Amino acid sequence: MEPKVLTGEHFINGDIACAEGAIAAGCTFFGAYPITPATEVAERMSERLPDVCGIFIQMEDEIAAMTSILGAAWTGVKTMTATSGPGFSLMMETVGLAVVTETPCVVVNVQRGGPSTGLPTMGAQADMMQAKWGSHGDYEIIAIAPSSPQEMFDLTIEAFNLSEKYRVPVFIMSDEVVGHMSEKVLIPEAKEIKTVARIKPKGRKDQFKPYQPGENGVPPMPAIGDGYNVHVTGLTHDEQGYPVMSVDTQKDMMNRLLSKIRDNLDDIIRTEEYLLDDADIVIVSYGVSARTAFTAVDMARQMGIRVGLLRLITVWPFPEEMIRDLSKRVKGFVTVEINMGQISREVQRCAGANAPSYLVGHAGGTVITPDEVIHLIKEAF
Amino acid sequence: MAKAKANQKVHPLEELIRTERLPHIWCSGCGVGTVFSACLAAIQETGIDHKKFSMVSGIGCSGRGAGYVKLDSFHTTHGRSIPFATGIKMANPSLNVIVFSGDGDLFAIGGNHFIHAARRNMDITVICINNFIYGMTGGQVAATTPHMDRSATTPYGNPEMPFNLPLMAYASGATYVARWTMIHSRDLTDSFVEAINHRGFSFIEVLSPCPINYGRRNKIKSLDMLKLFADNTIIKNNADPAELDIDFKKGVVLGKFVDIDKPTPDENYEKVCMMR
Repeated sequence: MEPKVLTGEHFINGDIACAEGAIAAGCTFFGAYPITPATEVAERMSERLPDVCGIFIQMEDEIAAMTSILGAAWTGVKTMTATSGPGFSLMMETVGLAVVTETPCVVVNVQRGGPSTGLPTMGAQADMMQAKWGSHGDYEIIAIAPSSPQEMFDLTIEAFNLSEKYRVPVFIMSDEVVGHMSEKVLIPEAKEIKTVARIKPKGRKDQFKPYQPGENGVPPMPAIGDGYNVHVTGLTHDEQGYPVMSVDTQKDMMNRLLSKIRDNLDDIIRTEEYLLDDADIVIVSYGVSARTAFTAVDMARQMGIRVGLLRLITVWPFPEEMIRDLSKRVKGFVTVEINMGQISREVQRCAGANAPSYLVGHAGGTVITPDEVIHLIKEAF
Repeated sequence: MAKAKANQKVHPLEELIRTERLPHIWCSGCGVGTVFSACLAAIQETGIDHKKFSMVSGIGCSGRGAGYVKLDSFHTTHGRSIPFATGIKMANPSLNVIVFSGDGDLFAIGGNHFIHAARRNMDITVICINNFIYGMTGGQVAATTPHMDRSATTPYGNPEMPFNLPLMAYASGATYVARWTMIHSRDLTDSFVEAINHRGFSFIEVLSPCPINYGRRNKIKSLDMLKLFADNTIIKNNADPAELDIDFKKGVVLGKFVDIDKPTPDENYEKVCMMR
């Protein structure tokens, strides 16, 4: 039996680091379905969860995997699943259920080339818009994009913390490259790892309203068996959790679901800036592509071009204000991502007419090289 | 006031019902309410602390059951009540998890989850109200609609064959399998009690009328359907599951068909994985 936190220096891949991050964060339930290139997350969880009295179950498909983690979450535990594009598509209806029932959970997508079966063993970042809009209806979720195995560990813990704090599904939008890349991963002492516990209700059980907002607009969440007799439904519901088919109830519920994220952007959004202060040209990137972007910035600087990087650690909610502010003082934006233009559109939308926005994209299957970024910068500016 | 209250008649199941949500949505002549009452009566009869129960429903008329029961109750997505219940049970094996849903939800869109939960002998109780039709959406053909019956999407008669649900449950590995109709409410309650106390996957199919969306199109009046349930059924415990096709002309077999004891996945997981 291994301890919960494997403190020390490891040489492991991103998928395994993700699993270790989950265990360190207190995850004790994993609903699995194998899919390349995310399978190693499940394999590691199957090995490690019994060490922490956790449950691993391999379900019959990704719909069941995703649904099982919601059921488990309502018993009061922290839950996760991991998948890739095709499985992510299957999970989407249940993501909506998680959003509307405010069930905390972490969903890892180790992205591969799509659409359809696509490139199972090769990386891409083409599910970024699906993460935001893949389930029907309006909603806000949180999506995080790790750039390294170390971040697969660190940000998986962050994902659990944000999920518990805001009672929202949090996506870890990794990719095949980061998932399968082995690097040094430092796992700190258990006491140095900050984890967030779910806020439970207090007060009279017979007067409890499961969807009455508490701090930050987020309601406290009881577990099955606590005696609150909650009713939880995917239908539009009032604060009691009861279905009400009315325009006003829909409006109130939606406003709160959206505003608990939109009113807390400062707490949620994480970015990293590199040589941005004096930059004329801003590269926006995330995940594995941000590694390309760092090198491209250095190369451009050596050529005397003032390029800086805004790395998105959280991609959703999108840092609209940051892009808008930057757009007022820079010559333009270059988004580097392994898709045919997804986050670049967001950059374009926020920059508006203030500054042009370009894409260095790729259909998937390989990483983008710094030369491609430099080439575009020279052509466009 | 106190005296008036003492004299007030209280429904025996009141403590298990969200009375503030009444009236319910079920049509007059519908059988879901009767099955629901039998389920609540069974919960009471087990004597188990109500806090140790959870009810999970999918989508459809029967799927509204979870919305009326005063337990921790979940109204999930279409077809997914069983994997949701699986998550609850595995994460907290001390809970009694009841899936209360309909034939369309459990056996068309959710069929794959049913067979896998049965295969695992997942320790949950699945109550399927079979009304032979998609009621909530207005009477479309289901995986349980008898051959040649009419529905909103089989206006010339159903060209397909229906499932034999107890056979499927048995073949998939269910360790408790029974079938009743909603008029056999005493047997039904007894069966639910047994199923709740049963270790492993228990499945009860309950035949139930949908006068509005099934009876009307097939020219079976509400009372006539109940008469079929009373007169054209045979109680035959331990009957061969392969001989349980539903044909009211020949007589529909009711009873308990399977009741065997096998370890459950939560027990096995603890033994195999945790105590290694």
